Amino acid sequence: MHSFGYRANALLTFAVTILAFMCVISSLSDSLNSPSPSAQVQVLNMNWFQKQPSGNDEVSLTLNISADLQSLFTWNTKQVFAFLAAEYETPKNSLNQISLWDGIILSKEHAKFSIHTSNKYRLIDQGSNFRGKEFNLTLHWHVMPKTGKMFADKIVIPGYQMPKEYR
Amino acid sequence: MGFIGDTANSFKSIQLRPALTQLINLGLIVSSALMIWKGLMCITGTESPVIVVISGSMEPGFQRGDILFLQMSKDPIRAGEIVVYNIDGRDIPIVHRVIEVHERQDSGEAYILTKGDNNPGDDRGLYNGLHSLQKHHIMGRAVGFLPYFGWVTIIMSEKPVLKYILIGALGLLVIISKD
Repeated sequence: MHSFGYRANALLTFAVTILAFMCVISSLSDSLNSPSPSAQVQVLNMNWFQKQPSGNDEVSLTLNISADLQSLFTWNTKQVFAFLAAEYETPKNSLNQISLWDGIILSKEHAKFSIHTSNKYRLIDQGSNFRGKEFNLTLHWHVMPKTGKMFADKIVIPGYQMPKEYR
Repeated sequence: MGFIGDTANSFKSIQLRPALTQLINLGLIVSSALMIWKGLMCITGTESPVIVVISGSMEPGFQRGDILFLQMSKDPIRAGEIVVYNIDGRDIPIVHRVIEVHERQDSGEAYILTKGDNNPGDDRGLYNGLHSLQKHHIMGRAVGFLPYFGWVTIIMSEKPVLKYILIGALGLLVIISKD
């Protein structure tokens, strides 16, 4: 009844139960945090705007992204993955989302930033709809916890427009 | 009496009833494990509700040996989500982040491009000639995360001997345990 194996088993079961309980609690504690992030994005320049030989429009932008994501960090946050996506609608597609820039933020100190960059990934349309197109720039963030549930949110910044002519 | 009686007595001493009880216990353990797995499949709607990360392409977010909980709902796939996809002709599913989505107005079909956070370029080279992923390639999206526990399965799949030793030892333990 009180053999070594029996006690070892009881201890292991107890340890795993406590560990699982702590994981659940720390994941739940994330939902107590109500973050208030902010973001501003400026399109500083449309570097060039072309139609590819394949018929798809491609544009190159220079952006200034400044954001304050510090309030997303809690004790259970491993990293915040932030990215800026261009979002627009075309006659063929109800939604187009194209990531332009992304970054991995590992600590609260680096969560307030201002970056001057051209688009890291190519901004290519499915087709040729970019001339004069209005689009949103959306800053998304995905919070990866040390353990537990992942969560995500975004700030939509509307009112950007593509050039009217190729250049 | 003599020989036949002795044989019969020694046969009785094996005690059929406790042996059967142990066998049923073993069966119960196996079938409840199976029930939990199948139940999870029903709740999450994906073939593999739990997967283990085996590559470093999503570091520092996911490291080798971390466990991911997957879910497959009817919600459309959006940029930024971490999805698990499987291309025909590849034996291992890949866990990467969606960086581009084009969703059709009429059919709702989505054309998806993915990239590993730690990889320099996007995944087009992994698609076996396809230009983008579609919904039927997606097995699920990652919703939860548990570090380190996946090492158990990685070690067991790389050193199969350990797996047999562990299964054998557990089976033996169930059979010989008295309560």
